[in-house]
Amino acid sequence: MIPKPFEYHSPQSLGDAVAMLQQYGDEAKLLAGGHSLLPMMKLRFAMPSHLIDLNRIPDLAGVSESGNEIRIGAMTTENQLIWSELLQRKLPLLVEAARLIADPQVRYRGTIGGDIAHGDPGNDHPALMLTLDASFVLAGANGERVVPASEFFLGTYYTAMNPDEIMTQIRIPVPPQGTGWCYAKLKRKTGDFAAAAAAVLLQMKGDTCTGVAIGLTNLGPTALRASDAEAALTGQPLTADAIEAAAQKVMAICEPAADLRGDETYKTAMAGEMFRKAIRTAMERCTR
Amino acid sequence: MSQTVKVTFKLNDRPVEVLVEPRELLIHTLREKLAHTGPHIGCETSHCGACTVDMNGASLKSCTILTVQCEGADILTIEGIAKNGELHALQEGFMQEHGLQCGFCTPGMITRAYRLLQEIPDPTEEEIRYWMAGNLCRCTGYQNIVKSIQYAARKLRGEPVETSHPLMGEKAAQSEMAG
Ligand SMILES: Cc1cc2nc3c(=O)[nH]c(=O)nc-3n(C[C@H](O)[C@H](O)[C@H](O)COP(=O)(O)OP(=O)(O)OC[C@H]3O[C@@H](n4cnc5c(N)ncnc54)[C@H](O)[C@@H]3O)c2cc1C
Ligand code: FES
Ligand code: FES
Repeated sequence: MIPKPFEYHSPQSLGDAVAMLQQYGDEAKLLAGGHSLLPMMKLRFAMPSHLIDLNRIPDLAGVSESGNEIRIGAMTTENQLIWSELLQRKLPLLVEAARLIADPQVRYRGTIGGDIAHGDPGNDHPALMLTLDASFVLAGANGERVVPASEFFLGTYYTAMNPDEIMTQIRIPVPPQGTGWCYAKLKRKTGDFAAAAAAVLLQMKGDTCTGVAIGLTNLGPTALRASDAEAALTGQPLTADAIEAAAQKVMAICEPAADLRGDETYKTAMAGEMFRKAIRTAMERCTR
Repeated sequence: MSQTVKVTFKLNDRPVEVLVEPRELLIHTLREKLAHTGPHIGCETSHCGACTVDMNGASLKSCTILTVQCEGADILTIEGIAKNGELHALQEGFMQEHGLQCGFCTPGMITRAYRLLQEIPDPTEEEIRYWMAGNLCRCTGYQNIVKSIQYAARKLRGEPVETSHPLMGEKAAQSEMAG
């Protein structure tokens, strides 16, 4: 289990890292926490000739608030997300989900930027980013651009990022006061990816749903946003029938890949179940 | 073959210098170049935690980090846990509470628990189980590992400690009576 030989670079600035990406092109890979990339390199699914380590670049980690927006450095680790008081107060959905990612040791290293940039539909952050209407700051040779999550995930291991770009920051609008939240994830054991998972953000007035966002993990070639189900719920009283109708719409968009976690039918059924669980919990957590 | 690179770091408070290929994983450097065979290789795929070491105040799986990434780091392995010939409270806890059987997972368990108790000195059982979940054990069923960590936590907080093991408790009582 040893990767193919490569040259290792540890740039001290973002500018140097971008220049190296330009110089080495397709031969290069960025290394963040290394907990998706190094396993792939050991299995020789990835064989970069140049590895560019982002860990020595200052100021790429940390959580801050700017106006009505939370800004998270791409190199912020899962444990830093879990321990952030700001996130616990303003984006509890992210904290709840990070606690369900991998295991303690992996969470000390794995970064939110790497989890998103990897483009794996089994990763948990992509669906969360869709649900939270996040956008990503990408730095390249021509400066920065900001791409919304809804335009970022194009296919399995395929994103809107150019090969010479580096994700530097994740921006998330703070949900309105009183928003209910839940990330429901079915996994076989600690450290396993989701068999199915659903993220829900919910606003209510009395019994009526005034706004809802639903994201799904590992149920298609990319993370999914369940827009049909959202449209069906918005403006409606959240009765058992309305929730069941939405669950059917959630399941209708699922195209999971069969694997050891289950076949397509099972995973789709579990998507419905995770959605029902997530919306009920979000309802309980809503202040109306 | 790629060039070898010189890497220096602190290993259990001692400065070390190694020559490695960039692709070399820390676990291999520790075991094969530095004769630190406490960290074990259970899976080599970031799942079992047997290779856990402490680096710059974080527990990590040394099979999933390159040695070249450790330049300037401060690394602690099971070999550095006992101080001045005295067992660490965790080592004593694992002994007193039967926290091991074959012992293969133990270096990783103790090194991980070391960091856990720095972060949460008074963990609940639930917290111990949650924050130790990156370490697998095929023998004990975990119950005694939890007890071992609770024992060490009490000792490190300066509280009196006593084994919960029935036979060891009895033996201690008998030797007290005899004495
Ligand atoms: C045992 C185990 C269990 C796991 N369980 C889960 C789980 O339940 N849920 C989950 O979501 N993940 C899980 N993971 C994956 C883990 O969370 C990874 O850490 C994460 O997917 C990748 O983040 P990283 O920082 O380690 O990135 P790396 O592995 O370093 O990089 C991943 C990819 O992203 C690119 N990249 C990284 N950072 C940037 C950046 N800033 N800009 C541009 N490109 C970048 C890299 O070039 C590479 O292609 C698990 C991993 C392990 C080993
Ligand atoms: S050998 Fe590193 S986690 Fe198993
Ligand atoms: S004591 Fe044997 S694996 Fe844990």
